[in-house]
Amino acid sequence: MSHLLELRGVDAAYGAIAVLRGVSLEIADGGMVALLGANGAGKTTTLRAICNMGVKTRGEIRFAGRRIDGLATEAIARAGIGHVPEGRGTFTSLSVEENLRLGAYLARASERRIADDLEKMFGYFPVLRARFHQQAGTLSGGEQQMLAIARALMGQPRLLLLDEPSFGLAPIIVQDIFRILRVINREQHTSILLVEQNARLAFELVDRVYLLETGRVVTSGPPSQIAADETVRRAYLGQ
Amino acid sequence: MTMQTLLHQLLSGFAMGAIYASVALALVMIFKATHQVNFAQGELAVCSTYVAASLITAGVPYWIAFALTVVISFVAGVVIERAVMRQFRHASVLTQVIVFVGFLILFNSLTGWVFGTMTRPFPSPFADNAWYGSRYLSPHEIGLIGVTLVVLAIVFVFFRYTRLGLTMRAAAENPASSRLVGIRVGWMLALGWGLASTLGAVAGVMAAPRLFLEPNMMSGVLLYGFAAALLGGIDNPWGAPIGGFIVGVLENVAGAYLVGSQLKLPLALFVIILVLVLRPSGLFGRTVVVRV
Repeated sequence: MSHLLELRGVDAAYGAIAVLRGVSLEIADGGMVALLGANGAGKTTTLRAICNMGVKTRGEIRFAGRRIDGLATEAIARAGIGHVPEGRGTFTSLSVEENLRLGAYLARASERRIADDLEKMFGYFPVLRARFHQQAGTLSGGEQQMLAIARALMGQPRLLLLDEPSFGLAPIIVQDIFRILRVINREQHTSILLVEQNARLAFELVDRVYLLETGRVVTSGPPSQIAADETVRRAYLGQ
Repeated sequence: MTMQTLLHQLLSGFAMGAIYASVALALVMIFKATHQVNFAQGELAVCSTYVAASLITAGVPYWIAFALTVVISFVAGVVIERAVMRQFRHASVLTQVIVFVGFLILFNSLTGWVFGTMTRPFPSPFADNAWYGSRYLSPHEIGLIGVTLVVLAIVFVFFRYTRLGLTMRAAAENPASSRLVGIRVGWMLALGWGLASTLGAVAGVMAAPRLFLEPNMMSGVLLYGFAAALLGGIDNPWGAPIGGFIVGVLENVAGAYLVGSQLKLPLALFVIILVLVLRPSGLFGRTVVVRV
């Protein structure tokens, strides 16, 4: 099976501080993968390495068969990777509409297609319709998270990177967001790489899990297998 | 002191304010995008004005020379950002300030060397006896107010209603997120530089008939421009022009009735200090409300 995204022996460092050491992972086209691990294990850094965002990387990163390591962040986005960053990256002073339109920037879409895509986003996240003309910085955390996901989807990415979409949100909103992620994966055939602290939630969503510890992949496999592992149960599921 | 002279001083100040408005907006545009204060903005404008003067002397009709100057200044701004400022993007603030001061001295000397340091007149496209002149405002003052308002309107429409304008605002507000949606942030900053240097060029060309052309023509104007930008709110593009008009009127009226023409320039410094002490975000500087 060909992989949509493939990391081979990737090292990453902030200046002199090495964070990732020889990380290898792959995501199948249409697959959903979770990256788990404790704080500081290198989950966010892995996403940043994929998008070449402020980290020095070595090793091989392939997307849709093409080497993307060393490309500029904006070129990687153009290649078809949507990234919902840590902290959501909202354009706070701009309106919700402007945020979404910026998401469609690289698709260089016609007004017609933008309108269609907006309707689709309103279908996933009805609250965005109600907030359409509001300044994005005034949205609640959950609404901003939805906006961030919708913004990334407006670019019609083949792969969506999500950095802790559950962070700081009420459980009921998190449930909602995860349900929508499943729908997006099914309807748009968008592959998903999810970084999560909440292992239980991630296990329900994805079809493959990678476990990171101090910058290395220690184990990987389908969620059922990983969840059965005694140490994982203790460390991540609190059982 | 009659009502009439007061009115004359007010309106005349408004005309000068139009120049400060353009310069202030140019400063704010670069500040918003890069958090750098372009101390060389005035010298660049003088350079542009000399280019216009040379074109006009060579026989190019005024408005064509004006358009060419605008285009040349735009390209020069883009090139300066791409070739030089870009190298100092991640340098310390002090380094950046030194680069800007270096630019100031460089361009000042360069214009003196290439075009000569003697003061010379500069033509106005608005004839002295034009019908729109009045007792209170000369045709040139009316014309320069008109040109400035048109330019401000174009800038407003560009940023508010065009895709590229939105993209530039996004790049200025959140470069990291902009890259993630595929925006080439570096080029947006360069475009911002181009626009700023265009605004400076318009200000220079419009100011020159009144101030007379010489390499230091804009040094005072730049100071008023700083005062205007701070008064309007250094991070508020809509506040900057308003600050410009206020400073222009204030300068003229205070110069006529309060401090005399010798102390007009210190007045700009006084405004700067006053704003920084009393209201550092300026009259219209707003704090973006953010929930996390």
